[in-house]
Amino acid sequence: MSRGHRPGRRRRGREGGPSPPSGERVLVLPGEEIPSHGLKPGPGTYRVGGKVFASVLGLLSPRPPVVQVVPLSGRYIPHPDDVVVGIVTDVQTTFWLLDIGAPRWAPLHMTGTPWKIDVGETDRYLRVGDAVIVRVESLEATGRIGVTMNGERLGKLEGGTIVHISPARVPRVVGRGGSMVDTIGRHTGAKIAVGQNGRVWVDGSPEAIRRVSDVLRLIDEEGQRSGLTERVESYLRSTRPTQPEGPEAPEREGSSRDRVEEEFESGDGAEEESDVGPGPEGSEPH
Amino acid sequence: MGSVGAKEVPVLLSPEGLRIDGRKLDELRPLRIQAGALHQADGSAFVEWGANKVMAAVYGPREVHPRHLQQNDKAVIQCRYNMAAFSVDERKRPGIDRRSQEISKVIGEAFESVVFAEEFPRTSIDIYIEVLQANAGTRCAGLVAASVALADAGIPMVDLLPAVAVGKVGGAIALDLKKEEDNYGEADLPMALVPQSGRLVLLQMEGHMSEDELARALDLGVKGCRDIYETMKQALRERYAIEPAHGESA
Repeated sequence: MSRGHRPGRRRRGREGGPSPPSGERVLVLPGEEIPSHGLKPGPGTYRVGGKVFASVLGLLSPRPPVVQVVPLSGRYIPHPDDVVVGIVTDVQTTFWLLDIGAPRWAPLHMTGTPWKIDVGETDRYLRVGDAVIVRVESLEATGRIGVTMNGERLGKLEGGTIVHISPARVPRVVGRGGSMVDTIGRHTGAKIAVGQNGRVWVDGSPEAIRRVSDVLRLIDEEGQRSGLTERVESYLRSTRPTQPEGPEAPEREGSSRDRVEEEFESGDGAEEESDVGPGPEGSEPH
Repeated sequence: MGSVGAKEVPVLLSPEGLRIDGRKLDELRPLRIQAGALHQADGSAFVEWGANKVMAAVYGPREVHPRHLQQNDKAVIQCRYNMAAFSVDERKRPGIDRRSQEISKVIGEAFESVVFAEEFPRTSIDIYIEVLQANAGTRCAGLVAASVALADAGIPMVDLLPAVAVGKVGGAIALDLKKEEDNYGEADLPMALVPQSGRLVLLQMEGHMSEDELARALDLGVKGCRDIYETMKQALRERYAIEPAHGESA
């Protein structure tokens, strides 16, 4: 039995290229035969005796020269340059271990931070339970995930709260060109940073955090249904605070709310990607 | 087997060829599967099969605990099958016993033969099967639940793993035994099928059957597994139903 490309070793969608010719999204389950039309088995598939089968539950996505299945569920599978939200789970003398929701804990070496740290001083900077925004730097065949905190919009997260959603829903939360996260931020006044690993950091008033959490849950549960943007907007309108002094005013956009940076790819929802970092650090807590 | 103060052995097969609950010999008990029944787990499923109620949760791939079990070239698959104290008529003494150890082992090994474990070296895929109510065939119900939970958890594998027990009751080969048939019948033969390849990855037998009966039992079981397979797929399709993406202005 020969496997195709290993899932997670190949950047989804970033290679460019058009979205699948037919806009139709086909759900496949493990063990189901896939019409390969001569394409090679890609991530999420395997081949036996000339036939290609799905190995994971997901959406069928022919990307010549391979046919692949984009998973709809499961843990976060890291890709290089993903920006993710992690929680410190262990402190060693020269590195920390981060839970980024991936199959393995990711080591963050002290040289991968903006701080000048002596060996053994790591626990003065980050402790177990602290939240950070980091970028996936390297992936090794052993499964080791190297991450770094050096870079724009990376660093320790102070204040706020973290909401978990399915990593498969991240493109929905971000929206085309960041439209969805913009909308949510504009309506609530909250600061939002979406990690590719499905962890969303939210900061703002308690009311804003609650509304953002509700919206994220809505997207998480109904992300594959159509008309999502309308439902999100109608929810946000219906929960608008009555006092006008609430952090609702659109003119605050771009001032208190930090600009978000997006990269994204055209194509269907399952393929688009976006990295959104938090704003500059040290923003005032609520 | 008759215990002390043995009760009457019930009539398991009517002259018309119907079973104790009115089923035909090749008829399954009603099966209902709900994929994604739990929130915390990476994948989960709840199965009601006849009077069986089984919950399965899958975590991982994740860091291995205890660490010395870690394997450098693949994920380890750890399975725990457990029966609730209230799952049977008499209180079941809680905790691991020899029976649950055996079942955990054979179910774990069945999944080892279908999961692409080499994709996640040095990790663990943990399967928890909790039997809440038992009425014979719980290892098969547990397997079915765990298999749907694995798919729900996005674990790559060759195929789903439908499972069913075939047995011999009142001299006849019958599909999917219920408790009385299991207790008073002549044989019990649980099996798990890989539909894609037609291979069996779990096969056990208790009691006695002739070679000819065994062959017929295997045929019947494989047919039963194919029906169960459809129900499993249906459960996953319902959970991950896609609506057309029209009207999406995002």
